[in-house]
Amino acid sequence: MDPAHLVKAFFLMLPTFLLGCLLFGRWRWPLRLPAAVLFGILVPLAVAAFIPGVMDYLVSFCTMASIYAVLSLGLNAQWGYNGHLNFGVAAFFGMGMFTMALFVSTAPTGPLALYAQQLFGLNAPFLVGLVAAAVMAGVLGYLVAQPILHLRIDFLAIATLGIAEIVRLIFQNERWLANGPQPFSGIPQPLSCVFKAPRCGWLPDWFLDATAVLQPRDYAYLYLVIVVIALAIIYAMLEAMVRSPWGRALRAVRDEESSAAMSGKHVKSLRVQSFVLGCVIMGIAGGLYAPFMVTIDYSHLNPLFSTFLVWVMLMLGGSGNNKGAILGAFVIWAVWSGTGYVTSGLESALSNIAPDIARRMSFLRWAFVGLLLAAIVLYRPQGLLPEKKRVSRFLRGVPEN
Amino acid sequence: MADSTMTMTDGDAASETGSGAEVAARSSDGVRSPRFVGGVLLLVLVAMWVAGWFSGTTAEEMLSLTVWGVMLGGIIALGGIGLTLCYGVLKFPNFAHGEFLTLGAYITYGSILVLPQTNPIWRFSFGWELLLGMVLAIIITAVVAIVLDKLLYRRLRMHGSPLVLLAMASLGMEFLLRGIVYLIWGSNYHFYYSGRANPAMDFPFGVRVQADQLFVFALAFILVVALYWMLTRTRMGKAMRATADNPDLAQVRGINTERVIAWTWAIGAGLAAVGGVMYGLASQMRPDMGFLLLLPLFAAVIMGGIGSAWGALVGAIIIGVAMQLTSAFLNPTYGPAVAFTLMVLVLLMRPQGLFAQN
Repeated sequence: MDPAHLVKAFFLMLPTFLLGCLLFGRWRWPLRLPAAVLFGILVPLAVAAFIPGVMDYLVSFCTMASIYAVLSLGLNAQWGYNGHLNFGVAAFFGMGMFTMALFVSTAPTGPLALYAQQLFGLNAPFLVGLVAAAVMAGVLGYLVAQPILHLRIDFLAIATLGIAEIVRLIFQNERWLANGPQPFSGIPQPLSCVFKAPRCGWLPDWFLDATAVLQPRDYAYLYLVIVVIALAIIYAMLEAMVRSPWGRALRAVRDEESSAAMSGKHVKSLRVQSFVLGCVIMGIAGGLYAPFMVTIDYSHLNPLFSTFLVWVMLMLGGSGNNKGAILGAFVIWAVWSGTGYVTSGLESALSNIAPDIARRMSFLRWAFVGLLLAAIVLYRPQGLLPEKKRVSRFLRGVPEN
Repeated sequence: MADSTMTMTDGDAASETGSGAEVAARSSDGVRSPRFVGGVLLLVLVAMWVAGWFSGTTAEEMLSLTVWGVMLGGIIALGGIGLTLCYGVLKFPNFAHGEFLTLGAYITYGSILVLPQTNPIWRFSFGWELLLGMVLAIIITAVVAIVLDKLLYRRLRMHGSPLVLLAMASLGMEFLLRGIVYLIWGSNYHFYYSGRANPAMDFPFGVRVQADQLFVFALAFILVVALYWMLTRTRMGKAMRATADNPDLAQVRGINTERVIAWTWAIGAGLAAVGGVMYGLASQMRPDMGFLLLLPLFAAVIMGGIGSAWGALVGAIIIGVAMQLTSAFLNPTYGPAVAFTLMVLVLLMRPQGLFAQN
């Protein structure tokens, strides 16, 4: 086996181990942990041995799908657990994205400042930027929630759609904020010194020797590890919250609001809390997205990519089910990438016959995703993994719905 | 979800319902009276005037902006009355309504490319082929709306799906229709008549209005009156109002609600198609015009009260004027943001809108 593939497989072991923990979720921990460890060691080695050519693509696919999974988890916290129809995911995603970008980059000085303007650049560490992204998205969510959260559900949908458009317009037009319509580039990537020269000073020599075979662009493997760790932490946190009394109160407010109010639950603050929690998670997704892309601009807040696709993911995976949210993210991202190949194939096939139509083939994906959501809503609105009605994990013997 | 009723007040539409002693600004459940809300909106518009004046625009220019805002309101009203009809009868927000505007505009564009060009009528910039194309667009858009209903929304209704799923499905349809428009006509912007001069007519106080804009507003007004007449005087209109009020009771009384719903879609989509053509005429045709106008459309409909044709017109005029006035001191692309803010303002004070009766 090529030593480079072996080293790459090593990087994939932690993500695969976490995937194993998720897949073997039904087993008790004494069985689950060794099984996941075994899974995490064998599967990357097998992939490196038999299909090494697919590894690089797999990494970029999984990173993007994991970021979308974080977005779906955030939306699930709002829609799945508390019934908020939030059509403005792009607003909080964008807030997190640009906050991270502003915090971790350095403000340009000298002649470069004429071309690229930004409000500030703190050159902060990655984690500080991530926390800031989460906080800013949460603050925006809280401010937005005050006037609109008590509205009727369809008005809430329209209002959140409006908020997303406003955020996109602001980042598109305000040059002084984040370079206006022009892309905001040069976002530093965390721990990039592990791969790119000059190498980090704190790395041990055996590590430097082992990774000497890798190229700077293999940094994607390290970033996948970072994103998957973030996803795992968020998933574990949400699962714990859902099984807590707070989670039960949220679902009570969603299903029978007056009954929950009669039981003494503070309905209004519970609804705001779940909304803000979802916004914070969406902000974290944005914070993870910015260093991955290195260059961002307002077009990444296109409602198709940032809002609509996340809704398709959640509806397909299963609203009210965190595993379903992650599953939906991976499946729909696979479908989206697949349709990308199909349309570029169609484009090259048609380019000689009808060049006008060929150039527009990429819009076929829009129509396809629209049809997909309609089909999901029509044929399986509960999604692939429906919500598990669970009262308490201590009632394990009681049959669930 | 909603239990909004279709409101066809015969008298003064801004009058309050209930007892004559209801003069307080706030009713018992915290909802403001229409007069109060109207007053606040007027204050907001005046504040915008003043802000524009202080930012350096002359009073004459502000007056022009106001007049153009009324014209823009006419365009929004054309889309709005269709949307308020659909929203009132079908009870869910149709996020794909903007795409009916886009479809109408582009089908007309396609027909103009095929039909022979004639001379402009009077001082308008368009000839008879635009009107012919518009009629064709109305028919095709209505058919598309009915087909969508039969294939998708009707099945969801039969399943007994909650209205949230219908709203999601309509969001999907929005992307489907927009993708189809992109596929057929491409992503470039077009003009109906590129290169044709369209001079404005002079009015007193330095206001210059194009004949096209007058046509748009007059058409919007006529169509609002026609819709109001239809809803109050014809059998189908009464059936629509009955279905909007209580679909089950309407069925018990022998009204074929599916037929009513088909007519609602047809009329709503047809009106939207006209709105799209007018927008394309007044501005330009862009494939995302439906999505761009979606927020002002919803703002106008919600402000005016869902189900009220006059409400949609008044709401649209307020939105249009606000959008134009703020372009004096804000970046004009923030227009939808202004519409949205006004909508939220009205929702905070009177969620059922200005002209609703409860």
